[in-house]
Amino acid sequence: MKKRSIKLTVAALTLSLIAMGAAACTPSDTSDEGDSAETVDTPEPTTVVIAGSTSVQPLSEMLAETYMGDHPEVSIEVQGGGSGQGIKSIEEGLADFGALSRELKSEEEAVAAEQFVIAKDGIAVIVNSDSDVSDITVDQLLKIYTGEITNWSEVGGSDAKINVVTREEGSGTRDAFGELTGVVGKDENGDTVDNTVESAIVQGSTGAVIQTVSTTPDSIGFASLGAVDSSVKSLKVEGVEASNETVLSGEYKISRPFLYICGSDPAEQARAFVDFIFSSEGQAIVEEAGFIAVK
Amino acid sequence: MIKNRLFYSVVWFLSILTLAVLLMIIGYIMYRGLTQISWEFLSEKPALMGKKGGIFPVIIGTLYVTGVALVIAAPIGIAAAVYFVEYSKEGRLVRIIRTFTEVLAGIPSIIIGLFGFAFFVVFLGFGWSVLSGGLSVSLMILPILIRSTEEALKTVPLSYREGSLSLGASKWETTYKIVLPCCKNGILTGLILSIGRVVGETAVIMLTVGGALKVPMSLFDSTRTMALHMYILAAEGISQERAFATAALLVLIILVINGLANIISARIGGAHGK
Amino acid sequence: MKASISEKRGRRSIRETAIERILFLAGITATISVALITIFIFGSGIPALLDSGFVNFLVGTNWSPANGSYGTLPLTAGTMAVTLTALVLGIPTGIACAVFLSEILHRKAARVFKFAIELLAGIPSVVYGFFGLIVVVPAVRTYILPLVRLWDPDAHTTGLSILSGAIILAVMILPTIVSLSENAISSVPAEYREASLALGANKRQTITGVLIPAARSGILASIILGMGRAIGETMAILLITGNVAVLPKSLLDPVATLTGTIAMEMSYASASHQQALFAVGIILFIIIMLLNAVAQGVSKRMGVNQ
Repeated sequence: MKKRSIKLTVAALTLSLIAMGAAACTPSDTSDEGDSAETVDTPEPTTVVIAGSTSVQPLSEMLAETYMGDHPEVSIEVQGGGSGQGIKSIEEGLADFGALSRELKSEEEAVAAEQFVIAKDGIAVIVNSDSDVSDITVDQLLKIYTGEITNWSEVGGSDAKINVVTREEGSGTRDAFGELTGVVGKDENGDTVDNTVESAIVQGSTGAVIQTVSTTPDSIGFASLGAVDSSVKSLKVEGVEASNETVLSGEYKISRPFLYICGSDPAEQARAFVDFIFSSEGQAIVEEAGFIAVK
Repeated sequence: MIKNRLFYSVVWFLSILTLAVLLMIIGYIMYRGLTQISWEFLSEKPALMGKKGGIFPVIIGTLYVTGVALVIAAPIGIAAAVYFVEYSKEGRLVRIIRTFTEVLAGIPSIIIGLFGFAFFVVFLGFGWSVLSGGLSVSLMILPILIRSTEEALKTVPLSYREGSLSLGASKWETTYKIVLPCCKNGILTGLILSIGRVVGETAVIMLTVGGALKVPMSLFDSTRTMALHMYILAAEGISQERAFATAALLVLIILVINGLANIISARIGGAHGK
Repeated sequence: MKASISEKRGRRSIRETAIERILFLAGITATISVALITIFIFGSGIPALLDSGFVNFLVGTNWSPANGSYGTLPLTAGTMAVTLTALVLGIPTGIACAVFLSEILHRKAARVFKFAIELLAGIPSVVYGFFGLIVVVPAVRTYILPLVRLWDPDAHTTGLSILSGAIILAVMILPTIVSLSENAISSVPAEYREASLALGANKRQTITGVLIPAARSGILASIILGMGRAIGETMAILLITGNVAVLPKSLLDPVATLTGTIAMEMSYASASHQQALFAVGIILFIIIMLLNAVAQGVSKRMGVNQ
């Protein structure tokens, strides 16, 4: 027993070392082998890989789940990583679709051969539920987020310092919010500038922003409409309540697209999946997930 | 003796405080999560991204990644420790190697994750997979295993080795049959710490395992571990309740693993007195 | 007969040599890994360092990637502030627990206590993060802030702060410190303890004067591992320090950390921004290398190289 276990140990050790060594020495060979092994060994015929934005991930998985239920011959893998990862996975050829929760930037357009807007997402402006403010203007948002207004009394609330909560730089939600409120603007040279006040608390995810705003008095933040729950208070912007109807009709101004991009012409199964998303069944799932259908 | 009283009260106070904090954290997770756990939660596929249904594929994914990491790291870690303590002679090369082992311990998980993504996922072409994740995580636990085995080896009295060698056993026979059996407790502690580290890791897993919500069939499949599932549920605002349910289950699993390990080490304990 | 013995010996020595080689390979695995990681991180980050200028990158006080400004001093300061505060809280607690475990508690009770502490190590960092955000952050705002206001009436905090981060980090590094320190203390030979007691020292004097100094190599190692974990901690700290890239003035100020910034911004970063984040990785790397160098120096000075 003991002898066998030590032999196994030594064998495993040697194997892994050799594997690592061999892999490090001949990178291109190994990666080719890996690829071919995968295509030969996997019994199920097609895998469609979707990678990218974590905001789109939940929706993609719900779509994939239903689709795979009807099409057992297709396996759809949904992976996260962020919108940047979505671009990268297309560049590196790791995925069939890259998922983004923001518009493509001009420098990225070269990567995407085709893009599909699969859904829209409204961005709600949220405050702590104890707040006595319920209505705000885009101009006030701009001033709050650039640090010009620092006290709730300036926007009709009680005398308290405003705790500004924002998303991390590069986040699709922050980009969309910044552009629509003017927090992100152009300087005299025409370069894009993000003027978000330096003291703003930064949180890296939708859930973290909602959690922070719900537990911090006098705070303000913004988050995906589909994820906002009763733990925070959602503000009317320019008198318009944030809802799926008002976003789709264009009355409510702050929203962003959910995109799939692909590097070349999508494979047959991938194309079929996109067609499914745009079908009435697919768009019903979009709405079920709390986002806004586009068709 | 005021000094004595002060010393003991500080030690008692800090220890009880630690215990209180632990109970508070675990109590809080259990309070928020335990009521959500049911047989369906354990055995069913997730629906609606985990808002409904269970976490069965996530449990399998966690076991798979942890297993792969341990299979890779444990033999290497124990062998490395044996080399450092029993075989290596003090020299510049050995000193450098040992220093770098400590350096590896300090490398932040986020950097290991980035490296894992670029090296295993992209460069070696393993893709987002159990294998990429297992390899990346094994880098994190390797130093833990080396250090705990080393510490254990050092506590074995020199006389044991001398006795065995003088009876004609070779160096390897001495190490394998006499010295290592005395170190089971230390090695076990290292393994426990390692499992905890793998199961609790999120940053590395996110970048290397991908996060597909399905049962992994092969080493090259993408999957999701419980910690990552919990993070996605909470961070994307999918379901706070399910997030805590997953966390509660995770803590329960850790409790069981640690419990088992403790029982085992109690059995083999006292192999060479304490 | 003779020939067969020497043959046996020969085979045996070949086996011994082969085993030694394999063990050596295992020994250098970590070194090879570090080399690969270093090459990769430096390779990816150096272009950004050269772009913004090494000095600017290091001591610039404005981190604002969207505006093309990459000054990492606030991030470094944030990481150091949170880590050091966590160590101030965690080291005494950790050593106290280790002493408590190995010298004061009965063996059975000690086993339960150690079990509990090992459990702390198994809790995922994300759980610590959300626990911190929901419990510790409001607690700092409600209980600590009024105390601070007694001195400084203008003090303001949302609770997302160095202090909140440090409290959670201290708890997270405890298992590392306690577990390894306890091992080190209980590995001190019984003769040391007996000799000290025989010389008339009481238990407290034995612990502080003999056991802890004798175990300092292990304790120091545990602190270094703990500090490494603190500096490298990402997912928990990300949620509770507020991620504000401004030089902090007090423990109640929010800070951005090196790891938190990488984790948060990496997923959405554009190409140049991403390089800058790798360069942040380089800084993290260098800090940890320096830490290791210091640790090596200290342990050599103490003469505990066994």
